[in-house]
Amino acid sequence: MRVALFITCVNDTLFPGTGRAVVTLLRRLGCEVAFPEAQTCCGQMHLNTGYPQEATRLARHFTDVFAGYDAVVTPSGSCAAMVREQYPRLARAAPGPSFADAVAETAPKVHDLPEFLVDVLGVTDVGASFPHRVAYHPTCHSLRGLRLGDRPARLLGGVRGLELVPLPGAEECCGFGGTFAVKNPAVSAAMCADKVHNVMATGAEVLCAADNSCLMHIGGTLRRQRAGVRVMHLAEILAATEDDPGTGRGAKAGTGSGTGAGTGAAR
Amino acid sequence: MSGVFLGMPAFPENAAAAVQDSQLRFNLRRATRTIRGKRAAVAGELPDWAALRDAGKQIKDHTLRNLDRYLLQLEEAVTRAGGRVHWAADAAEANRIVAGLVEATGETSVVKVKSMATQEIGLNEALAERGITAYETDLAELIVQLGDDWPSHILVPAIHRNRSEIREIFRERMGEWGRPAPEGLTDDPRALAEAARLHLRERFLASEVAISGANFMIAETGTLVVLESEGNGRMCLTLPRTLISVVGIEKLLPTWRDLEVFLQLLPRSSTGERMNPYTSTWTGAAEGQEFHLVLLDNGRTAVLADEVGRQALRCIRCSACLNVCPVYERAGGHAYGSVYPGPIGAILTPQLRRSGTVASRDRLPPSATRDLDASLPYASSLCGACFEVCPVAIDIPEVLVHLRAQAPHPRAERLGMRAAGWVFDRPVRLARAQRLGGRLRRFLPRRLPGPLSAWTDTRDIPDIPAESFRDWWGRTGGGTR
Repeated sequence: MRVALFITCVNDTLFPGTGRAVVTLLRRLGCEVAFPEAQTCCGQMHLNTGYPQEATRLARHFTDVFAGYDAVVTPSGSCAAMVREQYPRLARAAPGPSFADAVAETAPKVHDLPEFLVDVLGVTDVGASFPHRVAYHPTCHSLRGLRLGDRPARLLGGVRGLELVPLPGAEECCGFGGTFAVKNPAVSAAMCADKVHNVMATGAEVLCAADNSCLMHIGGTLRRQRAGVRVMHLAEILAATEDDPGTGRGAKAGTGSGTGAGTGAAR
Repeated sequence: MSGVFLGMPAFPENAAAAVQDSQLRFNLRRATRTIRGKRAAVAGELPDWAALRDAGKQIKDHTLRNLDRYLLQLEEAVTRAGGRVHWAADAAEANRIVAGLVEATGETSVVKVKSMATQEIGLNEALAERGITAYETDLAELIVQLGDDWPSHILVPAIHRNRSEIREIFRERMGEWGRPAPEGLTDDPRALAEAARLHLRERFLASEVAISGANFMIAETGTLVVLESEGNGRMCLTLPRTLISVVGIEKLLPTWRDLEVFLQLLPRSSTGERMNPYTSTWTGAAEGQEFHLVLLDNGRTAVLADEVGRQALRCIRCSACLNVCPVYERAGGHAYGSVYPGPIGAILTPQLRRSGTVASRDRLPPSATRDLDASLPYASSLCGACFEVCPVAIDIPEVLVHLRAQAPHPRAERLGMRAAGWVFDRPVRLARAQRLGGRLRRFLPRRLPGPLSAWTDTRDIPDIPAESFRDWWGRTGGGTR
């Protein structure tokens, strides 16, 4: 299957290790991965901050870039939700039928990584090995937007050596919310304090999620507190094998610091 | 809306103070989580909850689309049943009508059933200006009134108070308003409730005029419906000679059949009960009683004109969205500067006040609530928990984003967004920006300046990688070279 990777601007710029992990994983599962280099950003930040015109422009660009692929996979639940849920709304507000047609054509083919693995490829055991104690934070857009349900847990359940521990209050927002984190910093920090408390209560070594923007927020707080808990994108755990435990460094030729949103342990 | 909120700072400032208030945080955490759990249990036990929710949405949408017709039908039915209907375009007109009606009875005091509409218009303050004292009879509203406080929750207005605070308020203030608190009052909830009962009973028996709102109005028969827990509403609706009900025009339901849906949705969503203890219905004036219905617009028809925003008018004031909202739980209701706090308040308040938009900015003085109202649509992380629990499926995140597009944006943010848009317009610009970031990464300070310091105040920034994903892909052919 020929799959286009939508890396997202945040991963492209700040967490390339996650992208390399997705490439490694998808190839291992027999996919041919393309990276359309004209891609930039889905426009979520603009739309959610109140700039729908810029968001529509970026959405048009997205549908141009990703037209014609069998499937588009992205390691971000919130960006996938942006395309699938918000693009049709933007298209209704935009003049002319061509954009609406492009959205109707492309948006349904965009999948968050766990969704693509479980629903499209039909796998839950991806041949990964990660002998660590892991807690999973389901992120709001995956949970209530895309309704991923237990797909991430099933994928993590198939990982050799991984001990998945339940996260108390998992369904509660971590307080990131895009620009919310800087426009309402006090409430955002108060929400994250509770999330971090719950993470620490699990005794997990690694906090995993399928969205690096939430992990940047939780991980940044953990790191500020010198909590000694690492955050990792789901793709990085699923890419790790017994032969190549160096998660996030992904494909052999990779360089740079690997793991996701980073913690004290990664530095 | 009520004048108490005039000149209040914007939400982030209010919230920053609230999150440091340990007593408030403790009270809210306990109370919201308790009700949240109860709601989840009783909503979850109905196999047709999703269908009920959809029916609730459809009925409300249908009614709102045909509001003109149903309102006239209601007026006719209420009039036929011996009531008098008054139409109020805004808060000032509604207050004038109610004050005039009370004055016509010759009374100088009224008892009140808990009502959001009368709080929205600041009725108690308006009556006080005309020398009329309004006595709240709902337990939580009584606590708020005695404490010179204002409500912080739609259903449980004194949610920010715990029982020892309530005991203090009762001991210190009850005597000024009527029968004092009993000697040796403890903070045992039953003792507190008994003190309130004794205090209020005198009031019920002495009052000739009552003012209420209504949860629903049924167009086909002209019947009003109030759901409550304490029985104070039943007292107010039946004992006094004159009953005045102030009701928002969106509270209408076409038929009794429609009510069936909402009598399931509302108690389960609000108090987490299968059924509320008291449901009162009345049609026109009872024998020996005078009944007035004041139909309140106060911005509602303007909201109705907004195709996205109008879904906020489906709200049945259950508060499920407040109880599940992580922002409300930490900021508390007062931070929202409105009688409608929480997620529903964040979309209802700016719309009803017709404020907080670029378009309204020049119309309103800075002393109004315009800066506060402009900040309300941003008082959410868009986590979607409110939409999930809403019994009439109001897509609150959708309306928040819609209102954000109309809000005035700070200059620095506007420039930042424009710059980001410019970079994202061309992949080559993005690649150059990433390379620049990669080169400068060693010089990035641990604490960022300006508005971005809001990030680094509580969180570290991630390490900037030396190479972006796209450059790695370009250099290695996606790891194949």
